[in-house]
Amino acid sequence: MKKRSAKSHAKKQVLNKLFVSFCVFVTLLSISALAVLLITIAKQGWAHLDLDLLTSYASRHPEKAGVKAALWGTVWLCTICVLTALPIGVATAVYLEEFAPKNRWSRFLDLNIANLAGVPSIVYGIIGLTVFARMLGLFGTMNDPLVEIGDPVSFWYFRLPFGSSILVGGLTLALVVLPIVIVSAREAVRAVPNTLREASLAMGATKWETVRRVVIPKSAPGILTGAILATSRAIGEAAPILVIGGFLFIRFVPANMFDDFTAMPLQIYNWASRPQEEFHAVAAAAIMVLLAVLLVFNGVAAFIRYRFQRN
Amino acid sequence: MRKKPSAIKKVKDRLARVTLASATAISIVTTIAIVLVLGREAWGFFALPEVSIPDFLFGTKWSPLLGHEKHFGIWPLICGTLLVTAVAACIAIPCGVVTAIFLAEYAPQPLRNILKPVLEILAGVPTVVYGFFALTVITPLIQMIIPSVDTYNALSAGIAVGIMCIPIVTSMSEDAIQGVPDSLREGAFALGGTKLDTSIKVVFPAALSGIISSCLLSIARAVGETMIVALAAGNLAQLTLNPGNQVQTMTAYMVQIFLGDTDAIGVEYRSSYAVAATLFIMTLLLTWVGHTVSRKYKEVYS
Repeated sequence: MKKRSAKSHAKKQVLNKLFVSFCVFVTLLSISALAVLLITIAKQGWAHLDLDLLTSYASRHPEKAGVKAALWGTVWLCTICVLTALPIGVATAVYLEEFAPKNRWSRFLDLNIANLAGVPSIVYGIIGLTVFARMLGLFGTMNDPLVEIGDPVSFWYFRLPFGSSILVGGLTLALVVLPIVIVSAREAVRAVPNTLREASLAMGATKWETVRRVVIPKSAPGILTGAILATSRAIGEAAPILVIGGFLFIRFVPANMFDDFTAMPLQIYNWASRPQEEFHAVAAAAIMVLLAVLLVFNGVAAFIRYRFQRN
Repeated sequence: MRKKPSAIKKVKDRLARVTLASATAISIVTTIAIVLVLGREAWGFFALPEVSIPDFLFGTKWSPLLGHEKHFGIWPLICGTLLVTAVAACIAIPCGVVTAIFLAEYAPQPLRNILKPVLEILAGVPTVVYGFFALTVITPLIQMIIPSVDTYNALSAGIAVGIMCIPIVTSMSEDAIQGVPDSLREGAFALGGTKLDTSIKVVFPAALSGIISSCLLSIARAVGETMIVALAAGNLAQLTLNPGNQVQTMTAYMVQIFLGDTDAIGVEYRSSYAVAATLFIMTLLLTWVGHTVSRKYKEVYS
């Protein structure tokens, strides 16, 4: 074996050290970006952050502007989005992992889901607008619906086409997060040990009973974590909602699924895109509210993960 | 011996399979819907007398809203998109990959336990927040250093998109690096390689396809990023390679159209579908190549 000279060895040691410090430097750079982001936003928005912000509607006067309509809009959107995306996503994940034969067709399904995850959210917005809101023009126009049931202010109001309503917003967001739900639920289902499945099958359970009684309960924490992360993605999405026509100046809380609406990120975009500095301060305060909501969501996800990893 | 399931159980099992399979079909229907809707509406746009496909594909002027002579050449929008994406890639790829190497090869466990959640938070920040950050912090900073830069510019938006993409590159690259079997590392050490030799000459090349795939996927995200560029990059479609200039990306154009009062049958409105189709094809190619590359590497070591 060739022995390395002491000099070259020392040089290598120095290089080694240099590389590690370089790595640390770059990593700190990435982290400090987050710190700078949070600090500057807090600095800009601090003065505006009070209870009035949460209880007042949008206004032409920055000092009176608040996020009430946007906050409620986001709550509605998230609820609709989760109620749609979670069952479909989990069902898809279970089917792909437990039932689908592993062949060309399932590889195509994999690729399809990966591609859907890569589609820009604004494209989903356009699809939502065309298919959900306008319904391809099959039921008249958005302003003059062909089918209308009930009073527009009642909770039971229904119309076709859906129009730029909160239902369409939720469904469009469901399309955006569906691939995320599927991918994380698949990982959770895959992590269930095969011995459990075999034990259940050996007891005479059908495949479906095994899935329902063994696989899904066992993978529930993982599925839930993924669902929460998907929800926080939906909370932050502005582009698709902007395209389907979420309104920017709304002074009411939605009364039913077909009401006009706005959402937190959209409201923030609106304030941030105005030239007046005062509105930037309101935007910063609204961002703090949004980040706080997201932090709570992520905290819950982390807690679930931690709790069940230990068991 | 295994008991035979009763008939009713069999029916239930069958029913569940069908239900689950139809849920799976939704993701295929979504893909088909995207292709059909964009295809149909883009076709409607190209059929208009003001528009021609060669002009759209090769034209260098995009002025659908101003003046009486409208031009629909996609290149200024693609140029704007690529400029922002290039700036973003210059930030996200080096930072992301180096951070991934550090996390996977060097960082002690306690440090990893802190850094990984922080990166997750960075990944979870809504893009509109990055846009606000670019507009109110990055742009003034750039203008302090280079005063000639426009208020809206590709550089500022690109930097923000780059910061947004760092966690994507990091987490996927780290997975790839951790997927490299320890036997390779041990082999390198046994041959007298230092830690640096091992990381750079053995582990990095072995994980390269995974790292490339993470870069491609993050570039796809950057290309489709909307809110940051809508806030910080401006609304002037022009062919320029100077990142200090105002540009309009494909996504920003769509935002401009859908926020405005253009009527739903106008030529500008329909042009947004053609732009969306172009964007869709670009991101589709990027994610497809990215996944093919990553599948190749997974097959090698699993």
